[in-house]
Amino acid sequence: MAEEPVIRAEGLSVRFGARTVFKDVTFDVRRGEIFVILGGSGCGKSTLLKTLIGLVPLAAGRAWLLGEEIAAAGDEARRALLRRIGVMWQSGALFGSMTLTENVELPIEEHTGLPRPARSMLARAKLGLVGLGDAAGRLPAEISGGMAKRAGIARAMALDPPLLFLDEPSAGLDPITSAGLDKLIVEIARETGTTFVVVTHELQSILAIGDRCIMLDKEAQGMIAEGDPKRLREDSTHPTVRAFFRREAA
Amino acid sequence: MDGMAAGADARIEAQDGGAVLAVSGRLDTATAALLWPRAPDPAVTAFDIAGVESVDSAGAVLLLAIAPEAELRGGSEPVRAVIERTRKALAAAPPPGPPPPYHPISSIGRATVNRLRDARAGIDFLGEAIITTLRVLARPRLLRWSDVLRHLDEVGTRAFPLTLLLGFLIGVILAYQSSIPLRRFGAEVFVPNLVGISLLRELGPLLAGVVLAGRTGSAFAAELGTMTVNEEVDALKIMGIDATAMLVLPRLVAATISMPVLALLMNLAGLAGMTLIMSTLGYPWAAVESQLQQWLTLKDLVGGLFKAACFGLVIAGIGCRAGLSAGRGPRAVGDAATAAVVGGIVAIVAMDGVFAVLFFRLGI
Ligand SMILES: Nc1ncnc2c1ncn2[C@@H]1O[C@H](COP(=O)(O)OP(=O)(O)OP(=O)(O)O)[C@@H](O)[C@H]1O
Ligand SMILES: [Mg+2]
Repeated sequence: MAEEPVIRAEGLSVRFGARTVFKDVTFDVRRGEIFVILGGSGCGKSTLLKTLIGLVPLAAGRAWLLGEEIAAAGDEARRALLRRIGVMWQSGALFGSMTLTENVELPIEEHTGLPRPARSMLARAKLGLVGLGDAAGRLPAEISGGMAKRAGIARAMALDPPLLFLDEPSAGLDPITSAGLDKLIVEIARETGTTFVVVTHELQSILAIGDRCIMLDKEAQGMIAEGDPKRLREDSTHPTVRAFFRREAA
Repeated sequence: MDGMAAGADARIEAQDGGAVLAVSGRLDTATAALLWPRAPDPAVTAFDIAGVESVDSAGAVLLLAIAPEAELRGGSEPVRAVIERTRKALAAAPPPGPPPPYHPISSIGRATVNRLRDARAGIDFLGEAIITTLRVLARPRLLRWSDVLRHLDEVGTRAFPLTLLLGFLIGVILAYQSSIPLRRFGAEVFVPNLVGISLLRELGPLLAGVVLAGRTGSAFAAELGTMTVNEEVDALKIMGIDATAMLVLPRLVAATISMPVLALLMNLAGLAGMTLIMSTLGYPWAAVESQLQQWLTLKDLVGGLFKAACFGLVIAGIGCRAGLSAGRGPRAVGDAATAAVVGGIVAIVAMDGVFAVLFFRLGI
């Protein structure tokens, strides 16, 4: 019997007012895989993430996370579910009045009974993991955009959630840091069986980490490709997909 | 061997006189707290992790809290990998040093220097505003009239209902309160004089100023503060656009024009409220009118409205300056708005004092 998918999306459609962002998006994400969402700017990738975690209402379709349908879940189930996912927002979304350590500590404090020094040690370990060990005491206003991204990842990973959503983790990072981050994501996925859903534009990143991907398209208002990114690069016949992987203007 | 059975399903045992700590079971967030009481333990040189089924980063951190350098014995590949990765991460994030000691004298000095810097920046701002005004007077095309109109609407017309309501209530309150002592001398008929003069000369402009500071000064500071925090103001400057002419001047003009109108409305509403109370006390409109005509002069009204215009200019200036000098971070905009309201109200009361002396000397 096949294992139940971590995420199951069936015929998702989202509209803002009269404008359809995407429709009929259907896919499964399996446990432990790194699933990449691709597509041009403004095609609805961030919106798809928010839809999956229940922040944007669905116009049609159903979505299950870790076996639970979030739209239908009661308060209690929903809270339990949210505790088991981590999200890194495209803009970082760090709490501006707290230092980076306090930002990472917040979910740890809320959801575990660890004593304070242990919490801050765990927070420091998470920041060290993304290379922010020396900036742990700074406020979000005092760090760069790329550092904010990494701090957002550290906060998303604070509780070792089995499912992590990352919205453009490597945008704004230099190639070396970005490659380091890719390596970290792959290591965590392979060693702990964490499932990643990653939105990214970085071609190298996609090929380095992506087990499977889907590509959204603005004109098509939905999915135009699904599969292993390396295979898509070689085999796809769709003009937009080909242009994307060859970095051509469509 | 000190056995230490533990909660869910993690266990710790010391071997070799405490040098080796054997851990087994599942080391995760739920069970990791068990490890904490043992940390740090300098005697431990190795962890026997052969029995560990799984570990998450909380478990790894608390294990390493006991002995950061201890070697790992046994254990599966993923478990070792998680612990080693955490060890590296912790080494990259040294614990924060102690906070710097507190020196009362140097902090007084720093506060003083900061105040002086603020004052200098305020003078800079004033100078820039004046120079820009002169430039705009020479070339009126520089002023963005559409912005002036938009601000006139926001600052002026939209404040009308609030101003009328406040003015009316103040008129009612003043009339009632002053009628009590005046009645003792049978001088109730002079209530209109008292209320009229206080409104026209003082309360109308002052209360309109408070309304402006609360509604508009804070809004200016928040708008410009948000633009500053988002580096929009820097972007304007880099495009070669005069930020003062584009952002500050229209607001100053709008506030300076609106304030006399607001003060006038405040006066009229106040007089209406007072008249209503007088009629309930048995004094007809004609009596009130004749008192007002006899005692109020155009000088009272014009002096008050002139003051109002000055208040408007100063409140808008303080609001804009608070916004443009906003710092970074999420509190910056809120701080700027607070500074605008507090600064605006203090400034108009202080100015009112100056005007009082001035008018007295000039016999106005
Ligand atoms: N709250 C909203 N209200 C109305 N429209 C929205 C809202 N959020 C997003 N949109 C629209 O939905 C579309 C998709 O937005 P989304 O943020 O998902 O794009 P994206 O694929 O993440 O783009 P990028 O790669 O630039 O981050 C855009 O056209 C955007 O204008
Ligand atoms: Mg996006």
